[in-house]
Amino acid sequence: MKQLVILGAGTAGTMMANHLVRKLDGNEWALTIVDEHSTHYYQPGFLFIPFGTYDEKDVCKPKTAFIPKGVTHMQEGIDRIAADDNEVHLKNGDKLAYDILIIATGAKIVPDETEGMLGDAWRRDIFDFYTIEGAKALRERLKGWKGGKLVVHLNEMPIKCPVAPLEFTLLAEAFLTRQGVREQTEIRYVSPLSEAFTKHNCAVVLGDMLDDRRIEFVPDFMCERIDSESKKLISYDEREIEYDLLVTVPTNMGDPCIERSGLGDELNFVPTDPQTLQSKAHENVFVIGDATNLPSSKAGSVAHFQADVLTENIQRYIAGQPLDPGFDGHANCFIESGHGKAFLIDFNYEIEPTEGAFPLPVVGPFKLLKETRLNHMGKLAFRWIYWNLLLKGHPMPGISTKMSMVGKRIGN
Amino acid sequence: MPSAEIAGVTVDVNEEGYLTDPGQWTRAIGEAIAAELGIGPMTDEHWKVIDFLRKDTAEQGQVPSIRRIKKTGDIPTKELYALFPDGPLKKSTKIAGLPKPASCI
Ligand SMILES: Cc1cc2nc3c(=O)[nH]c(=O)nc-3n(C[C@H](O)[C@H](O)[C@H](O)COP(=O)(O)OP(=O)(O)OC[C@H]3O[C@@H](n4cnc5c(N)ncnc54)[C@H](O)[C@@H]3O)c2cc1C
Repeated sequence: MKQLVILGAGTAGTMMANHLVRKLDGNEWALTIVDEHSTHYYQPGFLFIPFGTYDEKDVCKPKTAFIPKGVTHMQEGIDRIAADDNEVHLKNGDKLAYDILIIATGAKIVPDETEGMLGDAWRRDIFDFYTIEGAKALRERLKGWKGGKLVVHLNEMPIKCPVAPLEFTLLAEAFLTRQGVREQTEIRYVSPLSEAFTKHNCAVVLGDMLDDRRIEFVPDFMCERIDSESKKLISYDEREIEYDLLVTVPTNMGDPCIERSGLGDELNFVPTDPQTLQSKAHENVFVIGDATNLPSSKAGSVAHFQADVLTENIQRYIAGQPLDPGFDGHANCFIESGHGKAFLIDFNYEIEPTEGAFPLPVVGPFKLLKETRLNHMGKLAFRWIYWNLLLKGHPMPGISTKMSMVGKRIGN
Repeated sequence: MPSAEIAGVTVDVNEEGYLTDPGQWTRAIGEAIAAELGIGPMTDEHWKVIDFLRKDTAEQGQVPSIRRIKKTGDIPTKELYALFPDGPLKKSTKIAGLPKPASCI
C-alpha cells in the first residue's frame, strides 16, 4: 500500500480527506490524517462570540464527525517533517512514512512576537478574538464596559481572514450603540496598512463606512511594543496610541512544526507554487489553506477553492501527468458591518473586488461591495454551509472554483 | 506607459513614479529619487538596505516584508524607520527602483 498523509484536520485537511477518499483507489492508497486536537472550531464564528451572538457550543463539533470512513485518524502532535526521508515524526516518538504529504497545519496567533503584549494585562486590558479563549474572555470584558478608549489593532500582515479586524470594529460600534455606551466610547482602528483593507476598491468603501460610524482610522502604524502599564501602543516611528481596552490581532504564523522541519519562511509559512499548490522544495509535498505562503487571502472559502485544484493535482501527480495550474487566488467573503447588515466581496490574484451580484451573475441574490441585510443572512448561513457542505467536500451551491466576471462591474 | 527623466536618463515609471523595469536602475537614479523624497544624503546604512532589497527581490521574485528585511537582511526595524521615515518600505522600494509592495507596510 502507498501512503498519503494529511497533516492537520482543520478546514483544509478535513476537506482533502473527504475529497481524496472518493477519488483514490482504496486498494492502492492508504489515507491518514493527523491532528493534535479533538475539537473542530468554526473559526469565523469567533467574531460573534464577544457580542453574545454565538456561544462556544455554536462553533465547535468533534473532528471525528467530519473525517470519512476509510481514512485513518490519528490524534497526535506533529513534531517535525523529515522531508528528505519522506517521514513525519510525531510527538509520541512514532514515525509515519509517506509517499505523498499534504501540509494543512494552518496559522495561529503569536502574541509573543510583540513586546509587552503577553503579560499581566493579557486578557485583562488586552484581548484577541482569534482563539476561543480570547473571544470568550473578551465577551466578559465587554459586558462591564462603561466607556473609554477602545482600540482595535492589526499588528502585521498577513493574517487569516484579513477583513476580520474591520468587521470586529464595525460590530463593536453597533454593539456599543445597542448597549447605550457608544457616546462614552472613542473607537480607533489601528493598522500597519495605508488603507482600511489590502484591496483598494474595498478599502475605499470600508474607509467611508468608518467615517460614517465615527471610527478613527490610524494608518501606517507599525507597532514596536506595548506599554501595558501606561496602556499605550508605541510604533517604530515613536507615535503613541492610548487605550483602555485593546483588541488586537497579533502576528499570525505557521505552526512551529514547520520551523522545526526547516520548511518555512520568516513566518513559518511553506513556500508553495501559487497555481498548483505543490511545495517549492519537494515534489511529493503539497500545501493547502493557511499554511501556504501564497498572497491569496487566508480564508476557509479560499481553502475550499484550493481543495478542488489540489484534489485534481494529487491524481495527476499519481498518474505522472503535468499538474494543473488551476488556482487563481479566488476568494469570496462576507464582511459583517453591524446593525444586521453585511458586504460581500469576490476577488482573485489579479482582479480586485468589484460591484455586482453573486453567485448568480446580475441576479444575485447577494450584492457585491454593497451593504445589505441579505448579505448578513448569507454570513450567518455560511456556518450551516461550512459544517454541512464545505468540510465534507461538497460543492457550494452555484459557486465555482475559478472566478467569474459575468455580472460584475469593473472599471468604476 | 509614462516615462520620466531621472538623473539625466529617461526611465519607465508608473503613475506613482515607481520604476517599472529594475534593469533601468542605477545608483545615480537611486540618489535622485532619494533627494526628491527628502531622504539622505544616502549613507552606507541606506545603501545596505537598498542593496538587500534589490538582491532579495531578484532572488525571491517579490519585494521582502519588513520582517524579512530584519530577519534575512539583518537590518533592525527601528533602524529602517530612522533611515526612511514615514513609510520605510514605500520609500526604500522607490529608491531601489522596485515595485511598491502590494499590501504596503
Ligand atoms: C476570527 C476569525 C474569523 C474568520 N472568518 C472567516 C470568514 O468569514 N470566512 C472564511 O472563509 N474564513 C474565515 N476565517 C479563516 C478560516 O477559519 C481559516 O482560513 C481556515 O480555518 C483555514 O483552514 P486550515 O485548514 O488551513 O487551518 P485550520 O483550520 O486552522 O487547521 C489547522 C489544523 O492543524 C492542526 N495542527 C497544526 N499544527 C499541528 C501540530 N504540530 N500537530 C498536530 N496538529 C497540528 C491544528 O490543530 C488544526 O486543527 C476566520 C478565521 C478567524 C480566526
